[in-house]
Amino acid sequence: MIRDYSTAGRIVRFAGLGLCLLITIFPLYWILVTSFKEPGTIFAYPLKYWPSDWSLANYEGLFEQSNFAVYLGNSLLVSLVAAALATVISLLAAYVLARFEFVSKGAVMGAFLVTQMIPGFIALGSLYILMTRLYLVDNRWGLVLVYVAVSIPLCTVMLRGFFENVPASLEEAAMVDGCSRLSALFRVLVPVMTPGIAASFIFNFVNCWNELFLSVTLMNSDSNKTVPAALNGFISSYNIDWGSMSAAAVLSIIPTMVLFAFASRYIVEGLTSGAVKE
Amino acid sequence: MGRELSTRRRQFTGRTALTLFLFMLPAVAFVGMFTYYPLANGISMAFRNYNLNDLSDTSWVGLKNFSTLLNDEMFRGTVKNSVVWVVGSLVPQFLIGFTMALWLRRKFRFRGTYQALVFFPWAVSGFLIGILFRWMFNGEFGVVNDLLMKTQLIETPVPWLADARYAMVAVIVANVWYGVTFFAIMILAALQSVPEELYEASAIDGAGKVRTLFSITIPSIRTTLALTVLLRVIWIFNSPELIFGMTGGGPANETHIVTSYMIQVTQEGDYGRASAMGVMVVFVLMLFAIFYLLSIRPKKAMR
Repeated sequence: MIRDYSTAGRIVRFAGLGLCLLITIFPLYWILVTSFKEPGTIFAYPLKYWPSDWSLANYEGLFEQSNFAVYLGNSLLVSLVAAALATVISLLAAYVLARFEFVSKGAVMGAFLVTQMIPGFIALGSLYILMTRLYLVDNRWGLVLVYVAVSIPLCTVMLRGFFENVPASLEEAAMVDGCSRLSALFRVLVPVMTPGIAASFIFNFVNCWNELFLSVTLMNSDSNKTVPAALNGFISSYNIDWGSMSAAAVLSIIPTMVLFAFASRYIVEGLTSGAVKE
Repeated sequence: MGRELSTRRRQFTGRTALTLFLFMLPAVAFVGMFTYYPLANGISMAFRNYNLNDLSDTSWVGLKNFSTLLNDEMFRGTVKNSVVWVVGSLVPQFLIGFTMALWLRRKFRFRGTYQALVFFPWAVSGFLIGILFRWMFNGEFGVVNDLLMKTQLIETPVPWLADARYAMVAVIVANVWYGVTFFAIMILAALQSVPEELYEASAIDGAGKVRTLFSITIPSIRTTLALTVLLRVIWIFNSPELIFGMTGGGPANETHIVTSYMIQVTQEGDYGRASAMGVMVVFVLMLFAIFYLLSIRPKKAMR
């Protein structure tokens, strides 16, 4: 855009980008460093930007003082199952929305997009009552069902974008050869779209893993808590134990970051291409 | 022969229609059951006396929940805070994000790696970002105070999150940090769709940098810019997670925005009042979206 090859312009540009990178990375660096300090040295002045003694004491303390392993297990179970179910269900819907014209199509797309404008927690109270009636409060499978429903709309929109990049002749050829529509979809289209589907799955997983308000509202007992709900408990206490807090924060960030690193390219592609097409 | 063909086609269409219906059914059922049904119920609660702590009287009360809210000093405070929160977060996010996108537009070595690194806030929830910044803005042992004192910008530590005057600044700083990447990525994607010839033509015409920016770049991507801003306004308005992680609405409710206050009221069990807030939020955001979309449309037609 800006035709500028002058040295000054280049210095400004790279210095700016460097500063942005530094500021972006710093909070993560800081929580990592804090979590590996000796518990006593966290509150020692002057602050150490590079700890002299690395220690796992905060992590050990976290697992000893709380059921963090249980919370991690719950989060993993709920997020994995919900993300997988939502991806399969969205795949079917996205296929129909990408390939066929029908009367209520606009209404369905509209209804899905509206859920993106209205946050999931806006009807928290009545959702709680619904789940009570279904005997699904304080039940991990109940939370899975809610997360599936929350994940479907955006996942469908993303997958629809990916379907539109695959020619329809592909599954038509398979169906001429005697495949049913369902098997054409899963045997011919799904293999071609693996990166997009994987990205959608990861996107769902990360969103479920991070979800706070629904989990806090629908889960009561300690043994059913997910990681964000547990963190919410930690920060609500009068005296926050920043040692184990930082360890817990690191443990809850790492899985999502690793997954996102793999999939970010496809997710951006899915989101931006979907947005441009609408 | 001809009739046979047409019947076959009709049968085929009928079967296809059934298949398609079955494909759509799970998605529609889930969203209907767990999103739209509670939503409809929530709207009705807004007009009822519905408190979880006392369910003996759940009668219809008309607009009482709304009038209670409008007379509630605390609620009016959260409305004001919401505006400060949205505007204060959006403007710096937009400006910094735009600048980053411009800097990233031309290819350089490691640009892919750079983007992947800068991308990381996206993977982290607003709630966790709040916790990270709560620690950094800690009044006694926070790294922010330490850095500001090292650079001699302040002389004594600032009690960021304990003092009503600074707490809002701190949560907004965190939110700006959180949202810049989103703008950078969306605007970068739009910039890359602008044909290179336009820039070449403007360079041949001798247009300077600023001129090119305002007469080529911005007009070419103005629709994307406008939509990104709209989505962002709605999103920032609806994202109380960061506030929950960082201040929990404190000190003295000074950092509560409407949605975070709504969740607090829900947790206290007053579903009627919380639902009334939800209805107002959705109503105001829809009105805003409609006016906003209308206001960007005619200009587009004039061009």
